[in-house]
Formats: sequence, C-alpha cells, structure tokens
Amino acid sequence: MRASETLASGRPAGLLRRFRRRPAAVASLCVLVAIGILCLAAPLVARLLGTDPEAIDLLGRFRPPSLAHPLGTDELGRDVLVRLLYGGRISLLVGLGGALAASAIGVVIGILAGWRGGLFDRLVMRVTDAVIALPLLPLLIVLAAVDLAKLGLPAELAGGAAASVLRIMVIVALFGWTTVARLTRAATLSVKNREFVLAARALGAPPRRILRAHILPNVAAPVVVATTLSVGNVILAESVLSFLGLGIQPPLASWGTMLTNAQELIFGAPALALWPGLLIFVTVLTFNLMGDGLQEALDPRQSRHR
Amino acid sequence: MGRLLLRRGIETLLVLLVMSFLIYALIGLMPGDPIDLMLSADPRFTTADAARLKALYGLDRPLLERYLRWLQRALAGDFGYSRLYGQPVFAVIWPRLLNTLLLMGTSLLLALLIAIPAGILAALRPRGPLDTLVNLLAFAGFSVPSFWLSLMLIVLFAVTLGWLPAGGVASVGDGGFLDRLTYLVLPVAALTLLTAGTFLRFVRASMLEALEEDHIRTARAKGCGTARIVLAHALPNAMIPVVTVVALHFGSLLSGALVVETVFSYLGMGKLIYDAILGNDYNLALAALLLGTALTLLANLAADIVYLELDPRIHESL
Repeated sequence: MRASETLASGRPAGLLRRFRRRPAAVASLCVLVAIGILCLAAPLVARLLGTDPEAIDLLGRFRPPSLAHPLGTDELGRDVLVRLLYGGRISLLVGLGGALAASAIGVVIGILAGWRGGLFDRLVMRVTDAVIALPLLPLLIVLAAVDLAKLGLPAELAGGAAASVLRIMVIVALFGWTTVARLTRAATLSVKNREFVLAARALGAPPRRILRAHILPNVAAPVVVATTLSVGNVILAESVLSFLGLGIQPPLASWGTMLTNAQELIFGAPALALWPGLLIFVTVLTFNLMGDGLQEALDPRQSRHR
Repeated sequence: MGRLLLRRGIETLLVLLVMSFLIYALIGLMPGDPIDLMLSADPRFTTADAARLKALYGLDRPLLERYLRWLQRALAGDFGYSRLYGQPVFAVIWPRLLNTLLLMGTSLLLALLIAIPAGILAALRPRGPLDTLVNLLAFAGFSVPSFWLSLMLIVLFAVTLGWLPAGGVASVGDGGFLDRLTYLVLPVAALTLLTAGTFLRFVRASMLEALEEDHIRTARAKGCGTARIVLAHALPNAMIPVVTVVALHFGSLLSGALVVETVFSYLGMGKLIYDAILGNDYNLALAALLLGTALTLLANLAADIVYLELDPRIHESL
C-alpha cells in the first residue's frame, strides 16, 4: 500500500483546490514568486539601470528617486533598488536554508523520538520544552557574537562574509528544530500503531522501509506547514541580528544590514529606513499567510479554528 | 498536584543550571580576552605579566573548573564587577530591570486590552468581514520586524510630527512623571503592537473552541442572549489557555523588549544585555542573561501553576 493515500493530506488535486479557495494565501504566493524572481534577476536589473551595486559615488549621495535610480541612492551613493534586490538574495537564502535545515533536524529527532519512545523520547521532549521556554534573542546574540577562531577554526574561515551567512543558518537551525520535532513526533505516534503499519511490520518490512514508506509521508503535511511558517521567523531573526551588527557581515548585505545605518540617518533620509524593512515585512507576512493557507488546505477539519 | 509542582520546580532548576553552564561557556568564546582588555591600556605590561594575571584569576584553568568556581561564588551572591560601569553587577542590573518590567508590564496590559475584545468579536462571526480584517492585522503584528516598526514610529512621531522624543528615558534636568511618560509612549506602542497579534490569535482560537462546547448550545437553546453567553459562559473557559499563553510569552516579550530598548535607547535590561555583549563586559552579560533566563523559566512555572488552579479538568487527567 502506498502511504500517500492514508491520512491528512488527501489527493493533491483536492489540496490545490482548497488552497486556491484562500485568496490571501494565493495572493501571498504570487507576491513571493514576484519577489523571488526579482531578487534572482538582480544582476539583470543592475545592468538595465547601468549601475554597479558596490560602486560608491560620494557625489551622488541621497539622490531622490529618478529614472536612473528608481528608489534613489543611499549614504554612499549606491542604487537603493539594486542593493535591495541583492540583499533580498541573502535574506531569502538564509530564510529558506535556515528553515529547511531546522526542519530536517526536527524531522529526524521527531521520528526517532516517536518511533523509539522510552528514555530518548522523554529526553527530547524535556529539551524541546526547555528550548521553547528560553528568551531566544539574547541567546541568539551571544551565539552570533561567539568568536569562531576560539573554537579552533582558521581566522579567514571564521571571520569571512560567506561564513556569516552559514553561521546564521546554523544558529537558527540550532534553536528552530523544536516545533517540527514536536509535530513529527505527534504524527509518528498517531500512525505508528495503525493497521497499515502493523501490516507492513507483520509482512516483515524492515524498520527503515516502514519509516520511509509509511511514516514519512504522513508526517509530511504538518512539517510542510511548520517549515513555511518558520521561513518568516528565520528571516525576522536574521534581520534583527544583522540590524544589530551581529548577522551578515559586509561586503555582503541583507535587508537587515541595510537598516543598520538607517537609524543614524533617520532625520536626514527617512526613506532609506523604509524600503528594506517594508520588504522584510511583506516577505514575512506572505510566508505566514501562505503557511496558514496551506495548513487549512491540508487539514480542513481544523479550518474553522484558524 | 504538590508532587507535580515539585517535579516541575526541580526541572526548572535543572534547566537553569544547564543554561548557566552553556552561557558561561559561550561568554568565554566571545571575541576578546579580559586580561588583554585590562592590559591594553598600559604598554608597560609584558606577556609574562599577562600570564601571571591569568594564573591569578584562574583563567588558565579548564572550563569546568572555572565554571564551578564561578558557580560557587554566584550561589553566595557574588557575581563580580561590571567592567563598563565599575559597579557590582547587580547594582547595575536592578534599576534597568525595573525599567524593563515597566515597559513589558505596560505593553502586556495594553496588548491584552486590545487582543481580548478584538479576539472575541472576531470569533463571534468566523470568516466574516470583521474576522478577516482582525486576522490580517494580527498577522501583520507578528510579521513586522520589531526594529523596523520602532524606526517607523520614530520617523512618524518624532521626525515628521515632532510630538514625542525619539529615544531615552527622561529629558536632561527634568525627571518628572509626565516627562518620563512621554519617553515611554513610543517604546510601549511598539512592544504592544508586536505582542497583540499573537495574543489575538490565541483568544480567537480559544473562544471559537469554547463556543462549541455543549453547555453553550444548551444555554442558547434556553434562550440566553449572545452577550450573556459570551461573557458568562464562554469567556471564563476561553481565558484559561490564554493565561497560559501570556505567561509562556514572557521570553519572546523579553526578546522584543531587547530590540525596542536598543532602538529607543531605553535604559532597560535588553539594552544592558546588548551593550554588555558588545562591550566585552563578561560578568554583566552573564548575570543579565541568566536573570533573563531565570525570569522566563519562572514565568513558565507560573503558567503551569495557574493552569492547574484554573482548570479542574486537568486534575482528573493527572
């Protein structure tokens, strides 16, 4: 028996139909696709406008919007629009990468806890309780401030800009796996003793095959929803850390780092503070709305409550 | 129930102990070195002096040994001196903690005053226009980046309109109640807007669930009015999970306060933690982080107690 015909999810066609019935979710998906395409096309936009995202033009600082610079220029004379698109690549990369990594960890831990039970299960649940109870941001700041060179990593690897991207994803994954682990564990527990799993066991299927063919498809629905919802949170976490100067390091920029200087310039150039934040806001909002829509599409029983 | 509380209490202490070790270890991994910082001001010190000082303070010992020594002192109430402020750590922390509790308490109260009525109204007609609007606003509330919301409030009310100060806790030479209040308005507004959305969703979900109970149908069948059904029959039940959520939300409220305080230069715990970490003030960062963690864990414990007290159904399931 293929497990795809078992629980929660239903047929893909029905899923799509239910998702389409949620205007907010569909609109969010469109907005996200648009933002994604624009960010991917950042080099193209830069060439169209004839600007270099890194080129500093001290004579052309704080230009108002014009044809050459649709959103004006920043404190170093760089084109705001092009920088926004390049920044979006980093923000989206960290958001998607961090959320996926956290989910992967969560799925493995959740399935093991639900399947194995016993001491490991109790330990995992205690740890998730503890992690959920912690004041997250102060701890993220400490982790972001940790000097990797002191852990024995070579300095150029520890302090590089690319390392800062990876580091944020790792930090986020370290704290972000708990929700998915809980959901996966609950879903595993609920299918573990159902007839089709017992039948597979009785037929002598090895545990690995049972996990892959029967358990995994059934935990997929809540995991997809939780991952979608967590992309927004990861982007928020990244932007806060970057804003505080502890996230993405120059010369790379994310939407969060673009706001770092905005506060000192807020009296002279309030528009510089507007755009990066607005993009973070819209991206996070659309990910959340889409996750909400997915949740209802996947689990119509609960839809009245959401 | 007593035994359950005892178990949860012991668990909380254990988590705090583990966290104290983790934070201690992490603080040691932050850039810079306390001895180098001490010596950097004076070129006459040699590396031999540095090594001697390290031995004197026990910094050449293994991590576990250093931690145990710190723990011993900390349990005796000695958390050391703050490098940035030149005072015992808790002398620095207490006034900041009061400021933060004022900020968090006011915001929490306002957020509930918004979330409870709005959540109830939204739950009365699920999918109605009001519900859709309220839900969208709630989503906006927990999707908006905290620092950006703060910046935008500054742009609107401090830069453009000039009604309120952009940051700080009081004007120079004026520390009166009204003066301090004007400095509190924007940070409180920011934290309230950030918090209300989450609470609203919980109130709404909880209310929807409560309205589906059998006794509500009975009350309705007997001709009970909507207002009475909502306020007298559904609300008390609906509030139980909400109380828990509010207590569980302490940690994220503290996280939000950290950002809001930093943007508004509001002298609270959050800004203190941030400044201490950036300024290599190890003792202060350690103590402040631990206090924040301890308070969050206490809030969680309180959530459990309140839940047990309010909901007699729990006893049966234990």
